[in-house]
Amino acid sequence: MNGAAATVVLEETRKTFAGPDGGTVAAVDGITMTIRAGELTALVGPDGAGKTTLMRMFAGLLRPDAGSLHVLGTDVAAAPQRVQDRISYMPQRFGLYEDLSVQENLDLYADLHGVPQDQRRERFARMLEMTDLARFTGRPAGKLSGGMKQKLGLACTLVRSPDLLLLDEPSVGVDPLSRRDLWQIVRQLIDQEQLSVIVSTAYMDEAERCARVFVMNKGRLLAEGAPDDLRKQARGLTFTATPPDGTPARTLQARLIDAPDQIIDAVPKGGNVRLTRQPDANPARLDALLHDAVVEPRPEELEDAFMMLLRRHEDRTAAPAAPVAVRARPAPGTANGSSDKPIIVVRDLVRKFGDFTAVASTSFDVVRGEIFGLLGPNGAGKTTTFRMLCGLLPATSGHLEVAGLNLRTARAKARGRIGYVAQKFALYGDLTVRDNLEFFGGAYGLRGQALKARVTASLTQFGLEPSAQSGLLPAGYKQRLAMATGLLHEPDILFLDEPTSGIDPLARRAFWRTITALAEGGVTIIITTHFMEEAEYCDRIAIQDAGRVLALGTPHQVREQAGDAAMDMDSAFIAIVEQGRARHNHREAAA
Amino acid sequence: MSRSGFATRLVALIRKETRQMLRDRSNLVVGLLLPVGLILIFGFGISFDVKDARVAVAMEDSSPIARDTVAGLRGSPYLAPVWVRSMTEAERLVRAGKADAILRVPGDFSRHMAAGHGQLQLLLNGVDSNTAAAIEGYVNGALAVPLQQRGDRAGNKPAGAASVVIVQRTWFNEASESTWYVVPGLIVLVMTMIGAFLTSLLIAREWERGTLESLFVTPVRPLELVIAKLTPYLVVGIIDLTMCVVAARLLFQVPIRGSLPVIIGASLLYLMVSLLLGLFISGTTRSQFTASQVALLTSFLPAMMLSGFVFDLRNVPIVIQVISQLLPATHFMGLIKTLFMAGDYWPDILRTCGILTIYALVLVVATRRTLRKKLD
Repeated sequence: MNGAAATVVLEETRKTFAGPDGGTVAAVDGITMTIRAGELTALVGPDGAGKTTLMRMFAGLLRPDAGSLHVLGTDVAAAPQRVQDRISYMPQRFGLYEDLSVQENLDLYADLHGVPQDQRRERFARMLEMTDLARFTGRPAGKLSGGMKQKLGLACTLVRSPDLLLLDEPSVGVDPLSRRDLWQIVRQLIDQEQLSVIVSTAYMDEAERCARVFVMNKGRLLAEGAPDDLRKQARGLTFTATPPDGTPARTLQARLIDAPDQIIDAVPKGGNVRLTRQPDANPARLDALLHDAVVEPRPEELEDAFMMLLRRHEDRTAAPAAPVAVRARPAPGTANGSSDKPIIVVRDLVRKFGDFTAVASTSFDVVRGEIFGLLGPNGAGKTTTFRMLCGLLPATSGHLEVAGLNLRTARAKARGRIGYVAQKFALYGDLTVRDNLEFFGGAYGLRGQALKARVTASLTQFGLEPSAQSGLLPAGYKQRLAMATGLLHEPDILFLDEPTSGIDPLARRAFWRTITALAEGGVTIIITTHFMEEAEYCDRIAIQDAGRVLALGTPHQVREQAGDAAMDMDSAFIAIVEQGRARHNHREAAA
Repeated sequence: MSRSGFATRLVALIRKETRQMLRDRSNLVVGLLLPVGLILIFGFGISFDVKDARVAVAMEDSSPIARDTVAGLRGSPYLAPVWVRSMTEAERLVRAGKADAILRVPGDFSRHMAAGHGQLQLLLNGVDSNTAAAIEGYVNGALAVPLQQRGDRAGNKPAGAASVVIVQRTWFNEASESTWYVVPGLIVLVMTMIGAFLTSLLIAREWERGTLESLFVTPVRPLELVIAKLTPYLVVGIIDLTMCVVAARLLFQVPIRGSLPVIIGASLLYLMVSLLLGLFISGTTRSQFTASQVALLTSFLPAMMLSGFVFDLRNVPIVIQVISQLLPATHFMGLIKTLFMAGDYWPDILRTCGILTIYALVLVVATRRTLRKKLD
């Protein structure tokens, strides 16, 4: 064994769990790897790749079924406590006691780790300063925002200086601003304490900052190396395609993603489409796909290589998910699917909870067939706005019109015109797919032949197996079922609340393909998301912070407002939120 | 080093558990207010005694001897005799719900009495058999006194039917006051409740919120977690125990014939068992909802129904008897009633405390296992 230089050494390590259907699932399926000391290492992979299982095994919380696992030179399975005494581990849910204050949480973990009093004062001061939590020491952890909880979780993990820091998906469900802060803290620690850090993540930009990256999928190790080395795998395959004027980028993107034998990946970005072609793509067919676009090579990125590895592995292990067939519905009264009369009108919308203003004087319109994105950091008022639009929450004041109906006077009628897909899987897990569809169809007032016809149509449209038990479907298919139920009564508007959190990048591509197809068919889509790159699929977006709309327009316009039309959506988002906050603080200081 | 580490961790954990307990209002409601409610409801509201039972006395014979015979009914605090002249009238009262029993003094009573074999007829309304049995006892008691006196007055007359009187006497609960045995039983119920409703949530909550994952990677030991989780609730239990004993003595005048240290010691032992059972269920189910359901069904309800709190266990089918013997509550229920009403009977004390200690030890080991610092 190469002793001191390695923090973690795995040899043919396996871990299986009992699956929901009674069989066994290999979460970690024979992985051999060596993680070097003194480096920032990333475990990258989609959900279900085995990252969390691996992290828990490193922390001695799970015992491998086969193979060996050494952490800091110790066999973890044999002496977990010896390893735990030298590592710090932040689980995905931070491990905070919500009813204890910030200070009490810190004290508890310091006591449990036996940090001596004299070291403690200095360490706490440093942690509180780094995390900017010094002002909130008396506040219960449960009353902190998502980003602050995450920082407190990190502070509690780091009450003492460990030999190895394990961070399990520290940035899941956290907005870009908090994500950036967290990485600054980690960077600082690495520089000042020469810490070895292993972080698991689904974000490529985070992996990019690491010295070494391990790419995983379905319990297997697909590749490892420095980000630069991994990137090279996609060299020569990456291009930017600019669609002709007047064609939205997502139309071209849809065409490309529908040809998986030629194109590995295509996503809209900055008004163009970033694509990666198959190494063995047929030039003639490629030309046919891209005939009207201006194609230019672009430097390859880690994400391209990642998608390539993933697509290849998926093709080998499973039949690719059948694309969703969308039946174009003639949009009433218009030729191109977008009429000039808005389908949603929001004027001076306000929502207060007690003396707290969740949404402050918000106005926007959405036209038929548009994909409209609501973005914002945690606690920005997205969900509140969203709920008011769906008629789930009454507005405090303002005018709200959906499908020509005033939500104040005709809420029930307006609800019949909208479909809603909740963030959490809100269907009955122990019912079959067909049962769920029939139940929700009935709830929307469909019965008899009409119900039967719609259920059958949805099953074929979304490629769902009617007799499958809903709760056992893979995340991507649960998503499809949820959408199918939301669309049963053929609504004019579909509301989707963070639909893509927790599903892997491939399923996310397929999901957006469905969404763009639905929009083409004349359905208006209102969507919230915390993946900023997904804003590129939207016709227009609104960025909210602290209840106010900071930016409203096409992704291009929003980027221009942020200062640079060529920047990526994450940076644009951060810039706009920071500008907004600065303006707000300035105004408050002046007042 | 390791010793002081143990102390630091334990203190930190106990402080944490105490804070969590105090910050959740519902804990205090269940832990302190509910026991007060139970004491009041069971102490005042539930009584198996029959006070002022209405007995229609059909005086078909109104001779002095007959009157003298039933005169005892007037003196009984439990009976409210209604005097009528005929059986028809008495029957009407029973049917109208205005009397619970009929005592018939037949027209030829004095004649038979003089012959030495006087007979009275007692008719009981069997709709409520508990009440019927109680009334039977009271009437017998009330009649016995004058009969006995008459026997004495008659001197040492050769044994005749009228002169042989069975004198009933109830030991330990002389007045047959049901509060006397309900209130000690309440201690069992309250101690069981803290375990079933409060500690059963503790470990499951940490599983659900994902905090155990963080605790497990600290040097903390499973036993420390068990002790820390027990401590604050032990304090709550001691407060409840004090309330129960004080209420029993001062509010309900239940005699305490056993020694107080033994009562408190045995109660604490049972409290430990109850809290540990809650923790064990919590650690095994890992879900707060399941844990509280399981705890309710396996500890609180059986403690109420099957421990002998309400129903005499000798009358239940053998299967139920076996089940009830498995319940720690049954053993403690027997002991606590004995301690309150009969006094220290050491063989019983030692046997029950032995059983409870075994339960406690087994549960400590089992609960520790559910906190093995492994997620699978």
